[in-house]
Amino acid sequence: MEKIRVKGFGFAYQGGSVALENINLSVMRNEILGIMGPAQSGKSTLLRCLNRMVDALPGTSRKGSITLDGADIFSGEIDPDDLRRRVGMVFDVPVPLPRSIYENVAYGPKLHGVRGRKKLDELVEFGLRSAILWDEVKDRLGTSALRLSGGQQQRLCIARTLALDPEVILLDEPCSGLDPISTLKIEEALSELKSKYTIIIVTNNTKQAARVSDKAAYFLMGELVEYGRTKQIFTVPRDRRTDDYISGRFG
Amino acid sequence: MIRLDPALSQKLVRWVLVSLTALTVSILVFIITYVLLKGLPVLGWEFLSTGAVDAGRGGGIFPFIVSTVFITVVALAIATPLGVGTAIYLTEYTRETAATRVVRFAAECLAGIPSIILGLFGFITFVLFLKLGWSILSGGLTLAIMVLPTIIRTSEEAIIAVPQNRRDVSTSLGGTRWQTVTRVVLPGALPGIVTGIMLSVGRCIGETAAVIFTAGSALGTPTSIFASGRTLAVHFYILATETDAFGMAYGTAAALIIAILTINTLAYWMMHRIMRKYS
Repeated sequence: MEKIRVKGFGFAYQGGSVALENINLSVMRNEILGIMGPAQSGKSTLLRCLNRMVDALPGTSRKGSITLDGADIFSGEIDPDDLRRRVGMVFDVPVPLPRSIYENVAYGPKLHGVRGRKKLDELVEFGLRSAILWDEVKDRLGTSALRLSGGQQQRLCIARTLALDPEVILLDEPCSGLDPISTLKIEEALSELKSKYTIIIVTNNTKQAARVSDKAAYFLMGELVEYGRTKQIFTVPRDRRTDDYISGRFG
Repeated sequence: MIRLDPALSQKLVRWVLVSLTALTVSILVFIITYVLLKGLPVLGWEFLSTGAVDAGRGGGIFPFIVSTVFITVVALAIATPLGVGTAIYLTEYTRETAATRVVRFAAECLAGIPSIILGLFGFITFVLFLKLGWSILSGGLTLAIMVLPTIIRTSEEAIIAVPQNRRDVSTSLGGTRWQTVTRVVLPGALPGIVTGIMLSVGRCIGETAAVIFTAGSALGTPTSIFASGRTLAVHFYILATETDAFGMAYGTAAALIIAILTINTLAYWMMHRIMRKYS
């Protein structure tokens, strides 16, 4: 079943600098889409459009449409704050809030009016378990999240997103600052999460895209060069530019 | 051209900087010790707990402590919400435009107005026009105007210093702008905001010109915000200029200095605790 459809989508920042041009792709439910591409290729911009984080920027313009379950996310019928609850986001650097581990995970649910210790306890445990962090922190939920290691902090950020029970999870180079072991743990968590969520992961690491994604997309200078099944893209890419990138001749 | 040996010039610079620092500190230490040496003999429980006798030549400063606290509390109760609110608006709710620059410029100008002129303004506006008379309220309102720029600027700086990515996290979790402000921005900016408030407390306690015009110099203990009251600084000024009771004046000065030092120490301690809690 189709979860997200991006149709003829274009986006320009203030001053008319075009970040995305005529993007067409769709993401199925319970699928992981890996978005690859060098810097300035527009991949993070697309992610930030999908949960309307770009709303805060002045002077932007866009074309085409993005639908979530068939509804245009930029139309008036979708409230951006509600959209962001349904479409969670994990950033490239882990950003734990300066609070306890527990309060970090409970932050989202509290924003949306969840009250009551028992309910919050459940959500916190659920989030941390899903992000494969529970066993490491269950005895020190009250300590500051800033004391966790980088890899743990990033899984905490995933847990924080999951505590809202989103439908889609966007990850913007979630492993860019992490060591291989931390990266492996996050990839493990992702493959577990696939059964429940739709995931879009932006990565600079082509090997990571090959490992975790079902479908892959290659962006270059705001253009979607190639999009298809990961296996196909990594074995028989249709576009020479994709071939150059994944084989390491460029990028 | 004489070329100094690099090692020697490093030493020289270090020595100059150390001396400058030592000079700065010693001025502060000198003033504080001088006032305390002169004032402490007068400063006792009786001095702190009784009213003035013979226009302050005898007795104590209790009513003036009360007036000072009242006026400071009134001033900050007004200036804090106004200043922090303005700072939140300027930083979180609007983009940098001509209008925000005008607001900022106006605040800077307000900061540059001599306090005696603010006192005159307060006298005309609050005491005469609004018929509040010489009162704690008139004085507090005038001081609120005086410290407003400080509170706006320190709050703005503290708010800007909160990392943008924390706001992004809150927004990405579906937080509204106001939720993000109250749950992420303000807690992060709190130490800076508290510092601004404490600086303002110090200025309110020490201010003379603006309050002598607006709160008057009544000797009694004010019982409401509509009563006139004499602050410690005003009392010190009157003792020093209109009487020969210099001992009492130094006693008052010592009380003022001790109050300000205590407030600063408390502020630092509080900030330290808040920072530890949030990081």
